[in-house]
Amino acid sequence: MTDRQKFLYFIALHRTGLWVTALSLLLLVFPLVENNPYTLGLTNLIAIHAIVVLGLNLFIGYAGQISLGHAAFFGLGAYGSAIACVTFGLDSWLAMLLVAGLVALVALLVGIPALRLTGHYLAMATLGLNFVFHTILLQWDQMTGGPSGFYGIPSLSLGSFAFDDELRLHYLLWGLALLSLLLCLNLVRSGVGRGLSALAGDEIAAAALGVDTRRAKVKVFVLSAVLASVAGSLFAHTYGFISPDSFGIFVSTDLVIMVVIGGMGSIWGSLFGAALITLLPEWMDLFETYKDFVHGGILVLVLMFLPQGLITGLLDLLRVQLARLRQKNVTA
Amino acid sequence: MPELADFLQYSFSGLTSGAIYALIALGFCVVNNTMGIVNFVQVDFVSLGGMLMFSALFALGLPMVPGVLLAVAGVALVAMLVERFGLRPARSENPLVLIFLTVGLSIILRGLIKLVWGKNRMALPPLTPDLPLEFFGASLLPQALWILFLTLIAIVLLLWFFYRTPLGLSMRAVASNSTAAAVVGIPAGRVRLTSYAIAGALGGLAGVLVTPITTLNYDVGVLLGLKGFAAAILGGFGSFPGAILGGVGLGLLESLSAGYLSSAYKDVVAFVVLLLVLFVRPKGLLGK
Repeated sequence: MTDRQKFLYFIALHRTGLWVTALSLLLLVFPLVENNPYTLGLTNLIAIHAIVVLGLNLFIGYAGQISLGHAAFFGLGAYGSAIACVTFGLDSWLAMLLVAGLVALVALLVGIPALRLTGHYLAMATLGLNFVFHTILLQWDQMTGGPSGFYGIPSLSLGSFAFDDELRLHYLLWGLALLSLLLCLNLVRSGVGRGLSALAGDEIAAAALGVDTRRAKVKVFVLSAVLASVAGSLFAHTYGFISPDSFGIFVSTDLVIMVVIGGMGSIWGSLFGAALITLLPEWMDLFETYKDFVHGGILVLVLMFLPQGLITGLLDLLRVQLARLRQKNVTA
Repeated sequence: MPELADFLQYSFSGLTSGAIYALIALGFCVVNNTMGIVNFVQVDFVSLGGMLMFSALFALGLPMVPGVLLAVAGVALVAMLVERFGLRPARSENPLVLIFLTVGLSIILRGLIKLVWGKNRMALPPLTPDLPLEFFGASLLPQALWILFLTLIAIVLLLWFFYRTPLGLSMRAVASNSTAAAVVGIPAGRVRLTSYAIAGALGGLAGVLVTPITTLNYDVGVLLGLKGFAAAILGGFGSFPGAILGGVGLGLLESLSAGYLSSAYKDVVAFVVLLLVLFVRPKGLLGK
């Protein structure tokens, strides 16, 4: 092997790690270039959404199932942290862990019966769960603050160092988002992840090869719910105020749109989907009036023409075109 | 006997909403049986039915009967357009893609309804003037009787269609074995289009009938549609008698629990039942 070949081989071998390193470096220096608090607030929101979407994408893309209730897990995390910290005076990090455990239990309770069936019962079961959760938020007002929301949630802090401005939050939130990214990237390359990929390809074939498909689906569902819950806790501590509107069933469909645009089963695509849908309202005036058309339209067009997702689909198209061009050059 | 009167009152209102859930549940089942997917657009067919009825009465000034027919036919037409131009061009058999497509189409349709009719709550007059009938101390609205009567008519028409017409028979063939149906030359496209038209007509009828009781709003169908789905699961997803039984059962359960327990969480009952059914007997009451 020449040095050049060795170098290229090294790059090809470590491409995932290199991409993650490159992204981390980019995010490390980002606040030096862009220190407008408003912009940082937006990218922080992307980080929070990215954590939810990464988990949801594992579930949709790898377990081949639909959840239309992830806003409920997100909201459980947020309200759980808020109530544990403010009402019961628990430490915020401890509260985050406890709530995540609780959400895992809820996901297990919903997931086990619904995933026992083939077909897409879980879609409706989770949608129902989300609806129940939203109603409880509105009705149980002495605990949740009802429709007017929950105020005064403290910022997260390490000792006396409080994550209370956009810059500090940038490092905290993106640090955790990158951690989730690494977790997902490693998971799909592990034995469990290979089993999941097989499951996504063909459930019967995967079962024949010894993948316990039901158990695998439930595991991923719980993992995705826990990620959503952690993101919810971060959301509550970041904004200090939460209201039921942020956790309704239409938020769940927005999360699903993020997954589909990024590409079902594409880990990197999740980041892109979360970023695009979070930034969309910023780029368009009159967005509120036409929000449904834009969101629905994007979802329908992507599914119809690029079912692998926007980025993956466009890359595939490009690859096909390049291959065709090469073919032409060879024959010519 | 106030207890009896109360019980009758709760049962009447349960039967009425149960009939509505049954209509919506039947719409879910028809599409599920021919295409194997959960059709989320069903939810908006309900809102659209009420909206078209509103326009037929107040914008066109039609009397009740042509108004109902026009609204139901209008929703059926929209449903066919949704299938032909929204789902079929995807040329996909992957249920994940198709279900997400119906989610997207539902968002678009809801946006369209919001744009045309606005976000305000509107009121629709009942089919005949509201003169409550007394019945053992419970009062019964004429609209409730209309709901029960027209639901029965719709069910009889469906039975006739599925058992006596060639198209209905071919749809049952597709439902029982789609590969075999394709082998004997049953046109898949026409069957899908018809199943959407039926689902639209059922959803539209539910919307026309229920909105004089509730109010009319661009997303009135979301909650009703979800409960209709819960009813379909309760009865056994895909089974027509199951959908009717599930709808009526759910309606009764809901209004009795609202009457005797708490009305704040009335809307939650349907989903608790849904989760319990999935837990205990996932194939539903009458499922295979």
